[in-house]
Amino acid sequence: MGLISRVSTIFKSKVNNILDKAEDPRETLEYSYQKQVEQLQQVRRGVAEVVTSKKRIELQLNKLQQMAAQWDQDARDAVAAGRDDLAQEALTRKQTVVAQMQGLQTQIADLEKEEHRLQDAQQKLSLKVETFRTQKEVIKAQYSAAQAQVKIGEAFSGLGEDMADVNMALQRAQDKTQALQARAQAIDALSEASSSTLQLDAAPSTGDSIRDELNRLKGSTSVSDELAKLKEEMGKGEPS
Amino acid sequence: MIVRILAEGQYDVDGATLDAIHRLDDEVMQAIMNNDAGRFHALYGKLVALARTGRRIEPHEFAESDIILPAADTSLAEAKKLFSGTID
Repeated sequence: MGLISRVSTIFKSKVNNILDKAEDPRETLEYSYQKQVEQLQQVRRGVAEVVTSKKRIELQLNKLQQMAAQWDQDARDAVAAGRDDLAQEALTRKQTVVAQMQGLQTQIADLEKEEHRLQDAQQKLSLKVETFRTQKEVIKAQYSAAQAQVKIGEAFSGLGEDMADVNMALQRAQDKTQALQARAQAIDALSEASSSTLQLDAAPSTGDSIRDELNRLKGSTSVSDELAKLKEEMGKGEPS
Repeated sequence: MIVRILAEGQYDVDGATLDAIHRLDDEVMQAIMNNDAGRFHALYGKLVALARTGRRIEPHEFAESDIILPAADTSLAEAKKLFSGTID
């Protein structure tokens, strides 16, 4: 079985679950319309949630930016005081914060994409719902019961698909929002830990031992590079 | 034949295009099985481009799709999840 047939099967079962057919075709029309209006509201709420969570992360990013600037200043102060050991420590911390910032920025960009996608889906769905609203009145007024059944069938499956589609987009956006929030919490914990204690040996743990090891490895060389650069800037470099 | 690309919309394609889509689908599946992300993205990009050659179904039209394609920017991990049927 291919990917497409598998996805088609799963998707069609979702469509069937979304809309129920009633005995009386006119009831089906009214019922479907109500469902669409409800779903439209749900999508609007979904968009709002994504926006709120994005704003929260952006605030956090600002905080991290300030932290990075502070560590940078600390490093300069330490160099000025001739304390290379402290400067090295400050720069290590700065690099950890910068790495966290980069991770957040990537996720924010990703979430922004989901936000636009949802807004687009919302727009299309409202257009469809509006069309359906007028069509259902036409169908009710102009067709006999048997004819109406056929007309309803077409509108019904087309619309059910749109609704299932927007549901999936919503789910996808929510999954990404949750992942981002989990990351934000980890960073909160990290920034608390780094402001309360100063450890000379290593960067704060990311909770992943391999990642920690790699960060240490990368950090030890880039920190000495940065320290050398800083000293040069401040006119304190070794004469070469 | 009506093809829906999730999170995008529907297209009306001819039979030859649909056959070509199905052929690519087999290759896409192979790439998924082989965990080959590069090949998966290349093939799936081609597949989606084929679907987009069809006439776009306007938002005021209501049509039932014959086949459903995952969103154009589906990742290999998401494709696996879709295939195993763990989507809600």
